[in-house]
Amino acid sequence: MPIVSRGFGGRRRQPGVGLLPPGQYIVDDFPVLTAGPTPHTSLDDWDFTIVDETGSQVARWTWPEFRGLPAESITVDIHCVTKWSKLGTDWTGVSVDELLDGIETSAAYVVAFSDGDYTTNLPLSDVLDGQAWVAFGYDGGDLEAEHGGPARLLVPHLYFWKSAKWVRGLQLLNEDEPGFWEALGYHNYGDPWREQRYWGD
Amino acid sequence: MRWLVTTVAETAPETVDAVSLRLDVPDWPGHRAGQHVDVRLTAEDGYSAQRSFSIASPPGAARLELTVVRIDDGEVSPYLTTVVEVGDQLELRGPIGGYFVWEAADTRPVLLVGGGSGVVPLMAMLRHHAALNHQAAMQLVYSARTQHDILYRDELDRLVDAHRAVTITLTRQSPSEWSGRRGRVDSDLLSDSGWPPTHEPRCYVCGPTAFVEAVANDLVAIGHEAANVKTERFGPTGGG
Repeated sequence: MPIVSRGFGGRRRQPGVGLLPPGQYIVDDFPVLTAGPTPHTSLDDWDFTIVDETGSQVARWTWPEFRGLPAESITVDIHCVTKWSKLGTDWTGVSVDELLDGIETSAAYVVAFSDGDYTTNLPLSDVLDGQAWVAFGYDGGDLEAEHGGPARLLVPHLYFWKSAKWVRGLQLLNEDEPGFWEALGYHNYGDPWREQRYWGD
Repeated sequence: MRWLVTTVAETAPETVDAVSLRLDVPDWPGHRAGQHVDVRLTAEDGYSAQRSFSIASPPGAARLELTVVRIDDGEVSPYLTTVVEVGDQLELRGPIGGYFVWEAADTRPVLLVGGGSGVVPLMAMLRHHAALNHQAAMQLVYSARTQHDILYRDELDRLVDAHRAVTITLTRQSPSEWSGRRGRVDSDLLSDSGWPPTHEPRCYVCGPTAFVEAVANDLVAIGHEAANVKTERFGPTGGG
C-alpha cells in the first residue's frame, strides 16, 4: 500500500491519461535513450539478416531490397520504461511476419541485434501476428538516426527498449537469452500494463 | 523490485531551483556510482506519479542523496524541490541501471562530461573516487547555463587535486571575472580538457538529449572508441 505524500496533488488531468499503463506519463516530444553514441551506418553497408537457431543465415536484404518489401503504416502508443509514454505515434515499416515468411524454424525466442552491439530478447510469439515491425519511417519522414534510423524494431506492446534501435537482424533461438538491458537489471519480458520494469517485477 | 519507505533527513539547497535531499533508507541494498532510483508520490485519492532521479551520494554513504532540479511545468520535481520537508516520507525503489556506472576496480583514466543536472550521477563517481583516494585520474567537464546554475560548486573546488580535475563552462552568461570556460562543450573543449583518445579513457556523458548526442558524437569524431563512451540522456520532456 503506497504511503500518501503530504501535500501532493499531482497533474492528473492530462488528456488520454486513461490510456496509460501504470506509472507512466504522457509526453509530446520524443525523448531519446541510448547507452552510447548514435551509430551512423551508411545505407550502402546496411543489411538486415535472419539467423536461424542452427546459426545459419537464412535471409539477407540490402537496403534497396528491404525497402522493396511490402510496408505498412502503423499508428501505436509507445511506453518507455523511464516512465514516458507517447500516444498515437505514426510509423512505416515492414512486418516481422513478412521478414520471417517462408522461414522454417522451431525456435521459441528471438534476439534482435543492432549496430553498437545492442541486443534485446523476445519470445518469438511476441513478434508475430502483426505485433512487430522493422520501421524505417516516422511521422511521415525518414526515421532519424537518434531515434534508431535507418531502421529500428517496433514492438509497441512491450516497453520501448525492446524496440531495438539501429536493428540489423534477428537471431532465432531455442532457448531464451537475455539481451543488453535484460542482463543489467531490466525485466526479461517488459509488459508495461503489468509494470514489468525491473528484475523481480 | 520492492518500494522502500525513506525519511527525508536533510534538505540542502544547491541553487535557486535545485535541492539535495538526503534520505534515511532502511534496508538500502547499496548502489554503484552512476545508478538512479525511481521515486513515487501518491496523492490522498490514490493517484500516483513516478520519476527517475540520479543518486548523487557515493556508494557507502550514510544517507542516500538525490539532487533534484525543478522543472517548472513538471509534476514531481516541483514537489520535491519546494514542498518536501525534513521528516517527510518518500517512497523509492532502486538502485536501477547497471550500465552507466563507474567501478573503483577500473584503473583506466575517466572522463566525465555533464550538462546541467546531468552532473548528478557524475558527482557520485567523483565523490566515490575522492572517498577512495583513487589513483586513476578522473576529469569532469561540466556545462552549466550561468554560474548560479552550477551544482556542488564549492565541493567541486575542494575535490580537485592531483588525481581529479574539473573544468566548468558557462553557456549563457558569464561574469567578467569568470575564470572558467565559456560556451558549449565542443570538440575543442573536449580536446583541451579531456584525455586524448590514446589514453583510452572511459567516458561518461550525461545530460539533456541534445547535449549528450552532440558530446558523444564529438568524442567519437576526435577518436574515442564508441565502446568507451557511455551515455545517459534526460529527455527534455518537461515531465520531471
